[in-house]
Amino acid sequence: MAEVLVYVDHVDGAVRKPTLELLTLARRVGEPVAVALGNGAGDTAAALAEHGAVKVLTHEAAEYADYLVVPKVDALQAAVAAVSPAAVLVPSSAEGKEIAARLALRLGSGVITDAVDLEAGDEGPVATQSVFAAAFTTKSRVSKGTPVITVKPNSAAVEAAPAAGAVEALSVTFSAAATGTKVTSRTPRESTGRPELTEAAIVVSGGRGVNGAENFAIIEALADSLGAAVGASRAAVDAGWYPHTNQVGQTGKSVSPQLYIASGISGAIQHRAGMQTSKTIVAINKDAEAPIFELVDYGVVGDLFDVVPQLTEEVKTRKG
Amino acid sequence: MSLRIVVTVKYVPDATGDRHFADDLTVDRDDVDGLLSELDEYAVEQALQISENSDDDVEVTVLTVGPEDAKDALRKALSMGADKAIHVEDDDLHGTDAIGTSLVLAKAVEKAGYDLVVSGMASTDGTMGVVPALLAERLGVPQVTLLSEVSVEGGVVKGRRDGDSATEQLEASLPAVVSVTDQSGEARYPSFKGIMAAKKKPVQSWDLSDLDIDEDEVGLENAYTVVESAAERPARTAGTIVKDEGEGGKQLAEFLAGQKFI
Repeated sequence: MAEVLVYVDHVDGAVRKPTLELLTLARRVGEPVAVALGNGAGDTAAALAEHGAVKVLTHEAAEYADYLVVPKVDALQAAVAAVSPAAVLVPSSAEGKEIAARLALRLGSGVITDAVDLEAGDEGPVATQSVFAAAFTTKSRVSKGTPVITVKPNSAAVEAAPAAGAVEALSVTFSAAATGTKVTSRTPRESTGRPELTEAAIVVSGGRGVNGAENFAIIEALADSLGAAVGASRAAVDAGWYPHTNQVGQTGKSVSPQLYIASGISGAIQHRAGMQTSKTIVAINKDAEAPIFELVDYGVVGDLFDVVPQLTEEVKTRKG
Repeated sequence: MSLRIVVTVKYVPDATGDRHFADDLTVDRDDVDGLLSELDEYAVEQALQISENSDDDVEVTVLTVGPEDAKDALRKALSMGADKAIHVEDDDLHGTDAIGTSLVLAKAVEKAGYDLVVSGMASTDGTMGVVPALLAERLGVPQVTLLSEVSVEGGVVKGRRDGDSATEQLEASLPAVVSVTDQSGEARYPSFKGIMAAKKKPVQSWDLSDLDIDEDEVGLENAYTVVESAAERPARTAGTIVKDEGEGGKQLAEFLAGQKFI
């Protein structure tokens, strides 16, 4: 069976959930071989083996942290040369897409980004994508070279599938371009203790109707009662009420959780582009004519300052 | 010293219009009005700010690849304050994918001459966000991408990149490719004076032969990816909508419990 390379997104050896999801999809098109780079790469092996990696190629070097993107492309290119895989899968983060694109160009291959599903096909993997603000679903494949495909978080279930996960050192020679863009400082984001926005099973978002940074506390309280991530519409972010890293929408993050709760968000196309693929959508808005209500499974026309705290209390009571 | 900035921009279908696919599964551009991609306005703005903050002699050229109508995107950028424009137009470009587009842009940027390329973080139609990285790979210059702040001084570009888990400060020597996010700074509106001045600014037109690109390197037939099908997402079945009369939060909790979320 053909091997499929899976790029591992990890933080000091802790594998992030989208990579484990990728291993599920990778098994549909071949035998997953994981590539883990940088500090703690070797520590990823156990988690990767548990989820189906037959092999884990690792390489630790300071370059991965000290320079932007290109060292990782060099390493993946070395892995492709070593393995000759049937496809390369990369988590669809901003960086993941940049890595995938540069790798594809070097390989003379096509690149597909933001796949939401993946199937084996007669002519290689077929990727499902959600386009035009999720108004259309397309099926595409790479027609030249080794398919390089990035997959959005929450596109597959994480499944245990124990495999050998044999660790092998990857030999990497960095290109002249690798040191082109220096990372002169890195400030880790302070953890809120909440799940990462793109990975969360439930997202609770606030918009213009929240009407002030201080009022986001009631959105956060609902999120915490549900174990959810907090999102914000562009209007709320532009007003300075919540950080841009939490922005859901075309120019922010694209999320696809099991449950999306929009509070005080009208549902402009900008926002819909980032959340329309959520499985269940709930909205709370004073304006009965707000376009968000066209998308919902359940909507409450009402003042979020009444509805959200009542919901939070009810969730807490029911969860005991 | 002089600094040559090339801003890559895209003419895209208006996202508030009813976008759909043509028979060949490319984006139908005839049925929906086009405009300068909003995310590219931020790129134009940052190029103009770099120019305004520089002691050097700075020239801002705006570049697009697209059909005749794409000139509208160039006019908008010129009216904002760019100095000149380049329009790459060729019938053989129809259906070109990201890999092919990066080839055309790279050849055009090289022909134009550049010290810095500034792009938006993604187009608002394809939303892949890969062209700046591809362009850097093709040009063999550093990529300094997804910046919310950017500055250029003494042949060095610096910027701030807000990632998922950390904020990074980046630095690279020119020449380089930069992309900027919608957090980089509100784009200016063209003034009446700017709009009038734009009419007199030069717009060069190049085709594939001007860029030494063969027709078999671009276009739908030569794309590296194939769209096999495109289906309109079925309309969502109408959801339940209740009016809050004091129990809205509790009713919603009941719904969430029924769906096993609580």
